[in-house]
Amino acid sequence: MHALRLALRTLLREWRSGELGVLLLALTTAVAALTGVGFLVGRIDTAVREQATQVLAADVRVSSTQPLPDSWFSTASQRGVHSARIQTLLSVVFRGDDSQLANVEAVSDGYPLRGTLLVADQAFADGSATRDIPAPGQVWPSSKLIATLGGGIGTKLAIGAATLTVTRILIARPDQGVNLADLAPSLIMNLKDLPGTQLIQPGSRVSYSGLFAADPALIRAFRPWLLEQIRPADRMRDVSDASPQLETAVDRAGRFLTLASLVSVLLCSIAVAMSARQYVRRHLDAVALLKTLGATRAFTLTVSLLQLVIVALLASAMGSVIGFLAQEWLLHAVRGLLGTTVLPPANLAPLGMGVSAALAVLAGFALPPLLQLARVPPLRVLRRDVGPPPPLVILAFGPALVVVVGLVWWAVRDVRLAVQFLIGLSVFLAALAAAGYVLVTLCGRLRGRVGVAWRYGIANLSRRRADSMVQIAAFGAGLMVLLVLGVVRDDLEVDWRRSLPADAPNYFFVNIPPADSNAFRQFIEQRGARLSRMLPMLRGRLTAINGEDVQTMRFARRGGDARGFSGREQNVTWASTLGDDNQIVAGSFWPSDYHGAPQVSLATEFQQSLGVGVGDKVSFDVGGEPFEATVTSVRKVKWDSFQPNFFVVFSPGVLDAVSGTYLTSAYFHPRDPHVMAQLARRFPSVSIFNVDDLLAQVRGIIDKAVLAVQSVFAFTLFAGLVVLLAAVQSSREERRFESAMLRTLGARGATVWQGVMAEFVALGLLAGSLAVAGAALAGAFVATRVLQVPYELDPWLPLVGIGGGALLVCLSGWLATRSVISQPPILTLRGD
Amino acid sequence: MHDVSFDIAKGETVAITGASGAGKSTLLAMLAGLDLPTAGHLWLDGQDLTALSEDGRARLRAQRVGFVFQSFHLIPSLTALENVLLPLELAQRGNAQGQAREVLERVGLAPRVDHYPRQLSGGEQQRVALARAFVIGPAVLFADEPTGNLDANTGQRIIELMFEMNRTTRTTLVLVTHEQELAQRCDRILHMHAGRLVTS
Repeated sequence: MHALRLALRTLLREWRSGELGVLLLALTTAVAALTGVGFLVGRIDTAVREQATQVLAADVRVSSTQPLPDSWFSTASQRGVHSARIQTLLSVVFRGDDSQLANVEAVSDGYPLRGTLLVADQAFADGSATRDIPAPGQVWPSSKLIATLGGGIGTKLAIGAATLTVTRILIARPDQGVNLADLAPSLIMNLKDLPGTQLIQPGSRVSYSGLFAADPALIRAFRPWLLEQIRPADRMRDVSDASPQLETAVDRAGRFLTLASLVSVLLCSIAVAMSARQYVRRHLDAVALLKTLGATRAFTLTVSLLQLVIVALLASAMGSVIGFLAQEWLLHAVRGLLGTTVLPPANLAPLGMGVSAALAVLAGFALPPLLQLARVPPLRVLRRDVGPPPPLVILAFGPALVVVVGLVWWAVRDVRLAVQFLIGLSVFLAALAAAGYVLVTLCGRLRGRVGVAWRYGIANLSRRRADSMVQIAAFGAGLMVLLVLGVVRDDLEVDWRRSLPADAPNYFFVNIPPADSNAFRQFIEQRGARLSRMLPMLRGRLTAINGEDVQTMRFARRGGDARGFSGREQNVTWASTLGDDNQIVAGSFWPSDYHGAPQVSLATEFQQSLGVGVGDKVSFDVGGEPFEATVTSVRKVKWDSFQPNFFVVFSPGVLDAVSGTYLTSAYFHPRDPHVMAQLARRFPSVSIFNVDDLLAQVRGIIDKAVLAVQSVFAFTLFAGLVVLLAAVQSSREERRFESAMLRTLGARGATVWQGVMAEFVALGLLAGSLAVAGAALAGAFVATRVLQVPYELDPWLPLVGIGGGALLVCLSGWLATRSVISQPPILTLRGD
Repeated sequence: MHDVSFDIAKGETVAITGASGAGKSTLLAMLAGLDLPTAGHLWLDGQDLTALSEDGRARLRAQRVGFVFQSFHLIPSLTALENVLLPLELAQRGNAQGQAREVLERVGLAPRVDHYPRQLSGGEQQRVALARAFVIGPAVLFADEPTGNLDANTGQRIIELMFEMNRTTRTTLVLVTHEQELAQRCDRILHMHAGRLVTS
């Protein structure tokens, strides 16, 4: 109890010395980063798991590109299984002249069989559950759709040839999942209204779904029967495979964000170690005196430990509150990113995690110096040069290593990933520290050529070389991760847009009925637009390669590509000639007047993922027609030409027996919404995709994802600043005395201030340069290697990185030293 | 301090003596304008220190005052040469490098100009401090226990050097010391006791 009383009594006095403040700030930042991400990931994870049970809106769901037989539904009814139907298609929805591409879901009575629809009278309001569906003549648009089109309850929306009245706003439906890339706004309408829209024409891209639900015993009996009926184009899912990819994606994103927050924690740990070192240095005399007066080693250690634990608990409380508020703000900011607007409340698990992490960081980074403090001999009261004996290396660094490894393991729960992360982080920080060392050394060479203030500042950087390196590496790392995200987001999009020709098509038209193709072409050309090639588009499925069934084959590349190309239906076409954006890399393309045996030309992506080559025979099922064709050429396709292109192109005549629709693109200048409105009314089944709108939507999603990651990395930047503060704090006494010394020698206050600021400006410039160089390298790598677009350095990057870095460091440095640099010169005599 | 009043003539050497806590260092601090009295006036080289702002007093020190401390007080991040350059640059004198090298040569440290304080012995550090104090040609040199941290032989050499430089530059010397032998070498001794001047 004596120890606790002494710890509490001296805590407030200790506070004024400063290092406990830095310790509190470091631990608070670490806890805020960890708990913020913990709350965020926990809530999204819970939402995903809850929705996985409802995501099908049924117990069993069959989706298909072909209409589902009525017999399935009648049999279900006979067996006591409830059923409902959905037909889904993309179409442009109009409110007057305003239009928006939307996902149209036409649903039958009974939908949804599992979960509930949430509706409201206003967009983005909290929804209330309903068991109804829109009555015939009614439509329920999503918040996003009605917000885009304007209007509200009572608004008339034109969908194809039908006009429906908005009676509710759809807030959420169970089977929308948590779509991270829900591009198009949606609406639901009654299935009975669908024929009146005339949206469904031969060859239209419609998805048909059948929903089935019943008591477990009934559904278990029904499922095998249904499975027997399944055709190649059908896909059957039940709860067990509802949303595994999404869960994996959320799991991965969660791990990534947790690891990102761990970088902040590790930087804060450095600040904790620095503060603890300073705490120990300042307490050597006091502990020696306590021991002289009879205090035991355990007593002195307990007093120090208690003070730090109190600070850790305070930091945990403050950090948790900040973390909670940060994730609330972030969830609000990225609201549209998630398919649902209603997330479950946060659970309290991250709080325990925050407290544990704060105590672990203390144990790893502050305990070893404290153990040293307790070993200071009482002789120090007589001989100030006597300090504690040097620690064993294992005791000095062992606990820190254990804590770092433990935290990383806790974050990823995967030995290989943990080792990879630790190695990657070590190499990254070592490279930064090495670059910092080189920069500090080079900077030191300038000191003979600059004035007194700069010389003093640069000399300080060189003298505290180790601290300077740590500060440059820590702050540089924080700044770099933020800049990298900015570069990847902004520069690359700009570069990519710059690489496109000015008249690249800006509209895509899908689902053009063959009977309308000429009229469509005329319509476009009469309005002064230039149409690119018009290609037929059919749905086909690869069934065999050289006679071997693809379902039983193992592919060299087990990525999503191989599975996607081999099992599922995909778009195929036929053509007599190729555009400039297709380059033959193997074999030869058929002559333009070819009408012989079936041949096929494959895109390199298709050819590589399936391992087929020129001369191989591939079997396809297109619209129920099976046939075999010989691969005679492989093409490298320039996909960003915005011309219609296909992975699989057949020779003329092969697909004659199958009906399909046409696909084309066109360049309209200037963009005229009235033309599109006319076009959509004249050809209601044609889906119109505006490239700019699509890019804007993709950009919106990327922006929100980037914002989420940037928010986590903002903690990293702040952690870098905390390291800076810790370093300044640990040199506080030296700075105090040197400032007084300079004043004694005749330096004016402004000169002393300039000297100290010169040090921080130099530090900020060096860290900023390092961050800019790292961000530019990463940007160039992503541009040239990943996206394969030319990379140009944004002239703002150095300005923002280096200027911003210098400004931030200066501001923090000024805040940390403002009381120090105004020391009266009398200190030089009192210091004796 | 109470009732302390005296004059020091140009070129005079004065020792301030007294027991610990007698007020020697406080008196020195006031004479140098590092601190101000709560009442009374101080003139240094014709300027009323009590009428100057802190920056005004700093400017005066930069031009007219040199210091030598018991603990040398060199800036650890600067080399010997840079430490000596510092007052020249603060006083914005021309040919600073040449003057600094010359004075370092006079104190016998020409070969060690690029060494940092931590690489120099105590005697060498105090010689750098002397060079730093004399390099601006100060009107007054204040020395606070200049040999307090040195062994007897080194201390003696430093004293000889200080008095020699004082003679050649005709600088007024005010030093605080416990050592009677050192005090006796000065033209005058000011003895302090409990904040009062008891002999002058």
